[in-house]
Amino acid sequence: MNEPTTLFQKVWDDHVVVPETPHTPAILYIDLHIVHEVTTPQAFSVLRELGLPVRRPDLTLATLDHSTPTTPVFKYEDLLAAGEGAANQVRQMERNCDDFGLDLLGYGSGRRGIVHVIGPELGATQPGKTIVCGDSHSSTHGAFGALAFGIGTTEVGHVLATQSLLQRKPKTLAVNIEGQLAPGVTAKDLILAVIGKIGVNGGTGYVIEYRGDAIRSLDMESRMTICNMSIEAGARAGMIAPDETTYEYLLGRPCAPKGAAWDAALERWQRLRTDDGAVFDKAVTLDASLLQPMVTYGTNPGMVIGINDPVPQSDDASFRKALDYMQLESGKPMTQTPVDVVFVGSCTNGRISDIEAAANILKGRKVAKGVRMLVVPGSELVKKEAERRGLDKIITDAGAEWREAGCSMCIAMNGDVVKPGQLSVSTSNRNFEGRQGVGARTVLASPATAAASAIAGFVTDPRVYS
Amino acid sequence: MKPVKRVQGRTVALPTRDIDTDQIIAARFLTTTSRTGLGRYAFYDLRYGKDGTEKPEFVLNRPDAKGCSILVGGNNFGCGSSREHAPWALLDYGFEAVISSQIADIFRNNALKNGLLAIVVDPETHEWLLSNPGVDCDIDVENNTITLPGDRVVNFTLDGFARHCLLEGVDQLGFLQNQAAAIQAFEENRPWKP
Ligand code: SF4
Repeated sequence: MNEPTTLFQKVWDDHVVVPETPHTPAILYIDLHIVHEVTTPQAFSVLRELGLPVRRPDLTLATLDHSTPTTPVFKYEDLLAAGEGAANQVRQMERNCDDFGLDLLGYGSGRRGIVHVIGPELGATQPGKTIVCGDSHSSTHGAFGALAFGIGTTEVGHVLATQSLLQRKPKTLAVNIEGQLAPGVTAKDLILAVIGKIGVNGGTGYVIEYRGDAIRSLDMESRMTICNMSIEAGARAGMIAPDETTYEYLLGRPCAPKGAAWDAALERWQRLRTDDGAVFDKAVTLDASLLQPMVTYGTNPGMVIGINDPVPQSDDASFRKALDYMQLESGKPMTQTPVDVVFVGSCTNGRISDIEAAANILKGRKVAKGVRMLVVPGSELVKKEAERRGLDKIITDAGAEWREAGCSMCIAMNGDVVKPGQLSVSTSNRNFEGRQGVGARTVLASPATAAASAIAGFVTDPRVYS
Repeated sequence: MKPVKRVQGRTVALPTRDIDTDQIIAARFLTTTSRTGLGRYAFYDLRYGKDGTEKPEFVLNRPDAKGCSILVGGNNFGCGSSREHAPWALLDYGFEAVISSQIADIFRNNALKNGLLAIVVDPETHEWLLSNPGVDCDIDVENNTITLPGDRVVNFTLDGFARHCLLEGVDQLGFLQNQAAAIQAFEENRPWKP
């Protein structure tokens, strides 16, 4: 009998082209490479200089998301809403895709969207694949039992040219989530609690596998939210073993296998789980049933508390600096904090269920006076589906803005920015200083908490509206 | 890449924990399609006030920080995004090495691929470097040592391959291309195709 192995190990072993040695890393084959306009121009330049083609255009998925405006784009001038540099970057991406024979899911495709939203929704993200992208939230795709991680631009060039990467094998960390989430508590709250527990560097050097009853009962979009923020704990990748929920999500999607190929894939996918008795390098356990909606109070995602808990106290210099920046006081609960901006979107919470969760709270209510609320779908397909369900109407009736798909205020490089000093409740993944604009103060939360905070005008427990 | 065997220089310390890539280079500076000239954006919002003037209290703006080529950062340096613009900006600013007690995975990979030494030292040495900024350091990649004032020598570990690439100036893309036959064989022989 074979040694019991982890899910990670199985996917890793399946992609080793040349094994690692003490002197050299492994050469790992990449099944899906997702590229966008911000982290690829310099990689394409290298290929051009060396006269190299893209080795596998068929395994490369290209789109535009980071620096695209969230106002409608019909012609080049419309791109300028995001600034000249951003517009130029989009143009350059279109040119690069043309020159290298890549099929760009750009304007007019109807399928443009955030890299980590479109991979799954098109069914390109599948169990057992290796998936990379020049974006750290590539960990999202691990929700399908893929090994997915973010890479830098030099490595983007490596994958474009050779479909392979030089990689040292990471260690494994089991995050066991026992119990079930209480009503009104979501996957976003759960992953924030995990990061709070293990810290923003707790996963450094590890691939996380999320396990346990709470994870098994989550739908795919919630699982994506969980894996998405693995990087916020320092882990490059997060994984969840595929199951019926995964297969059901994938069946019938455009890039998913069909017919006999589907049956063969299913057989292969069913083996993708950690065997009983397999050993992880490290393990932590959390009880989901004890959690309440979570919000961050500081300037990294590990500075997080239950929404009704007081902001903690510490004399540590970095901690003080964070609280000063956020203009928050120890001992006070976050629920009294006035809100200026609310952002629902991003690869963490920009999928249809997220928009729906926000709309459910907005329905028949109004965004508080003086609060700007932006709802940005994660992709053009999400936008279309939301409109089919009439969610756009609920959102605009409440006084919130319904925008075009993209990263938007998650990274604030397309003109959608939080003004200096303003407090933003955001469903994105990073509350770093200046992440949403110079001097912006970000509170990370779930779509429900974000919507409830928009209605109340201050940070609010969404359970009061349900 | 040109070989990096040794970095000799003075240190400057940024003791804050968890310095993320957004602080190293903010997203609004990422709309470039080139990798050069990013030094002026390094730590921009820490260096400059709202009106664009230098903040005199920020360490890198102090007169004695000029010309320092070794950055000692607080624990978990470089966390956050995969933007390679972060090491590009630090190199262009004039840094040749970053030292911390822990460095985020992707940042460290990106840095080493660009010849920016990303070096993890033991907590005690880290503490010492943070509380004694402005010292002369001699980082020897060949011997995995940092020589501090008073001939104090501390060791660090660097992945063997990364070290080899630094010392020899190995082009990693070239290295991968040399494996083209193995890659092709893998593509042809694997039991399933993506
Ligand atoms: S939504 Fe934010 S985190 Fe996600 S890919 Fe875009 S910029 Fe990165």
